[in-house]
Amino acid sequence: MYRYDEFDHTLVQERVAQFRGQVARRLSGELSEEEFKPLRLMNGLYLQLHAYMLRVAIPYGTFSARQMRTLADIARRYDKGYGHFTTRQNIQYNWPRLDRVPDLLDELAGVEMHALQTSGNCIRNVTADHYAGVAAEEIEDPRIYAELIRQWSSLHPEFSFLPRKFKIAVTGSPHDRAAVKVHDIGLQMCRDEDGAPGFAVLVGGGLGRSPFVAKKIREFLPKRHLLSYLEAILRVYNQLGRRDNKYKARIKILVHELGAEAFTELVEAEWAELKDGTVELPAGEVARIQSYFAPPPYEAFSGATLEIQNREFEVRRFEDRGFANWLRSNVAAHKAPGYAIANISLKPEGGVPGDITAEQMDLVAELAERFGFGEIRASHQQNLLMPDVKRADLYALWQALGRHGLASPNIGLVADIIACPGLDYCTLANARAIPVAQAISERFADPARQHAIGELGIKISGCINACGHHHVGQIGILGVDKKGVEFYQITLGGAADENAALGKIIGPAFGYDQVVDAVETIVDTYLEIRVDDEAFNQTLTRVGFAPFKEKLYAAH
Amino acid sequence: MADKIVTANRLDDGLVVYLNGASGGGSWSERIEDARIAGDDAAADGLLAEAEGPGQEIRVVGPYLIEIALEGAEPRPVSYREAIRAKGPTVRLDLGKQADFA
Amino acid sequence: MPLIKNDEITEDPWIAVDDEDSLPEGAPAIVSLARWRAERETLAGRNAPLGIRLRADQPPAEIAEDIDRFQVIALEFPSFGDGRAYSYARLLRERHGYRGEVRAVGQVLRDQALFMRRCGFDAFEVAEGTGVAGWREALGEISVFYQPTEDGRPAAPGLRTAVG
Repeated sequence: MYRYDEFDHTLVQERVAQFRGQVARRLSGELSEEEFKPLRLMNGLYLQLHAYMLRVAIPYGTFSARQMRTLADIARRYDKGYGHFTTRQNIQYNWPRLDRVPDLLDELAGVEMHALQTSGNCIRNVTADHYAGVAAEEIEDPRIYAELIRQWSSLHPEFSFLPRKFKIAVTGSPHDRAAVKVHDIGLQMCRDEDGAPGFAVLVGGGLGRSPFVAKKIREFLPKRHLLSYLEAILRVYNQLGRRDNKYKARIKILVHELGAEAFTELVEAEWAELKDGTVELPAGEVARIQSYFAPPPYEAFSGATLEIQNREFEVRRFEDRGFANWLRSNVAAHKAPGYAIANISLKPEGGVPGDITAEQMDLVAELAERFGFGEIRASHQQNLLMPDVKRADLYALWQALGRHGLASPNIGLVADIIACPGLDYCTLANARAIPVAQAISERFADPARQHAIGELGIKISGCINACGHHHVGQIGILGVDKKGVEFYQITLGGAADENAALGKIIGPAFGYDQVVDAVETIVDTYLEIRVDDEAFNQTLTRVGFAPFKEKLYAAH
Repeated sequence: MADKIVTANRLDDGLVVYLNGASGGGSWSERIEDARIAGDDAAADGLLAEAEGPGQEIRVVGPYLIEIALEGAEPRPVSYREAIRAKGPTVRLDLGKQADFA
Repeated sequence: MPLIKNDEITEDPWIAVDDEDSLPEGAPAIVSLARWRAERETLAGRNAPLGIRLRADQPPAEIAEDIDRFQVIALEFPSFGDGRAYSYARLLRERHGYRGEVRAVGQVLRDQALFMRRCGFDAFEVAEGTGVAGWREALGEISVFYQPTEDGRPAAPGLRTAVG
């Protein structure tokens, strides 16, 4: 993973000092709240329902055991002993004091972390496939490019006051785990006719009030032109994005209003001037960053060793039902023989999705060092993972995780719910999202039932801003406020991957006391109707909404 | 008009506070029980003006009026959001005012 | 309004002229784009320096052909959060090769000073009472830049390759 050089260290340290000065000027009254607010947002500091909230960046979801320990320590000393992993691979603290945030940021800077640009009308954390570097079908590790984009976008003088926030995601695999099609810019690695790797460029995806699937504006962009092309897109957006209406200010609206063709022409015209210019990276710099993402020193197991490991592994799996369950849902194939990707569920039964205690953070750090190369990943599904675990170590890992409530065997299953903080924490929310997630996870607690259902994503947002990504859940739930009472609108058929689709509303909203039953009805209906191994969306496409509506609204 | 009080977030620590104390004093309390209540429009305007008055910009952020209903002498927010704001997250009863002032 | 140029508060020789007012005899004057368009001949023939003020919705392309007629181009920040002028300044410098004064007007605050300098602004109309000490401090707060602009400050990528 990337390690800071003196330039990177200097930048974050100077930025903290700068913010420290800005905080002091705010506390003294020299800066008004109106002048200060964008500055604190550009340092990831929100003012929420109960307190400030600090969003710390985890660039493309990759961090180290050492960094995790600092995050745990910060939770203990600056907050209330826990943190929350988000739907953009970041971590949030819900109770920091403004007057201590500069010290907190200094401690983060000490371990090469920051909260730069995790809020505000600027380019946000660049997210990437959480299986980057270890998934078999990858063209190239997308994090190299995510890191290049991260640096290019940090304190960019031209793009720090955009019409609105700007989110970029990168995937190196054809199977898109990074939801690139619902980002402002999505970069999909691909190859040209000669097999050279580059990017398909997608623009104008997004969720929120007006959800859109991104349009492909360029089939193939050679890697070396990545930054000049991005600069062209951002420059067009910065100039033409709407400034009069906050709800129409994202680039997706601009693309929609101009039309993809006209928008593309503007970008290509600007790019023609920027191409091969100073913003392109020197080849040496690309190589330097690339070197940080070289594979770790995997042990090369002999065929005989692998066979023995496999046999032992199969015995464990056979003997221990719990282990078998966990393997089935939480462990994914790794490109290096004898290794595996171990997902760590932050969705325990009845728990707050994505929340983790300081003790659990320390444990994950320890396990990452003991059973991996010290690397941890955060996924945008609010879970963690260890990317490089020897298969021979999976059993011990599972046991250790289990002792600390981190081994729920539910990754990708119906109990692996994504939920925003909602009205329990967030000033923007209209309804609570977390207790709905908790109740659903309790209803579907039985692992056998979850496996019988198979992969099914439930996503819950407490307001139209859709931080819970409900538009792209197979079952999406949107909390609304009807005359001061919480109601929940259900959508079906969303998808965040390469077959990205926006869910459609199924019918009238459900009250807080009815929504869990409604979800269960939908799931049971699916199980009744599905043919063979049909995934939820396939069934939905085949039979339409009618069978679901009938069951849901029959009694009403 | 329903009874109203003024709430804001404290600047230095972000915690929820309510305008309290003697009129014109411009002081704040974390406890909603302490909030000064306005029974009519004029009083409500006065509360807000005091909350936005000189020196307040470095004490609190974004003061605004909320409706309350009196339960005995205790002000209870009418809106669900403000009820949560007065207590803490409903999913973590061990955090926030509901725990601090238990 | 005070003008900061070369990191100092200086006298502003320029006069901003409203569309309805007559131009001052022989004095440097800044006019709006609308006026430039309406009175191009007269203004072009004027015997005194001319400047132009562009609104946030008026990109430099609007004056591309005439750019060398203006010694000052003032770009507006209607609110400091409206960042269009950052792009306009860069385009003036990097695309159109403009060498005259690029002036920031509107809500021009110290905390954006460095971004503005990096984009090519070299003069700043600030609010009364703006301290130049704070302004200078702001300009020195960050010394590492990841993105090259035409302001002459070397950027990290290039520096790294040079060292390596």
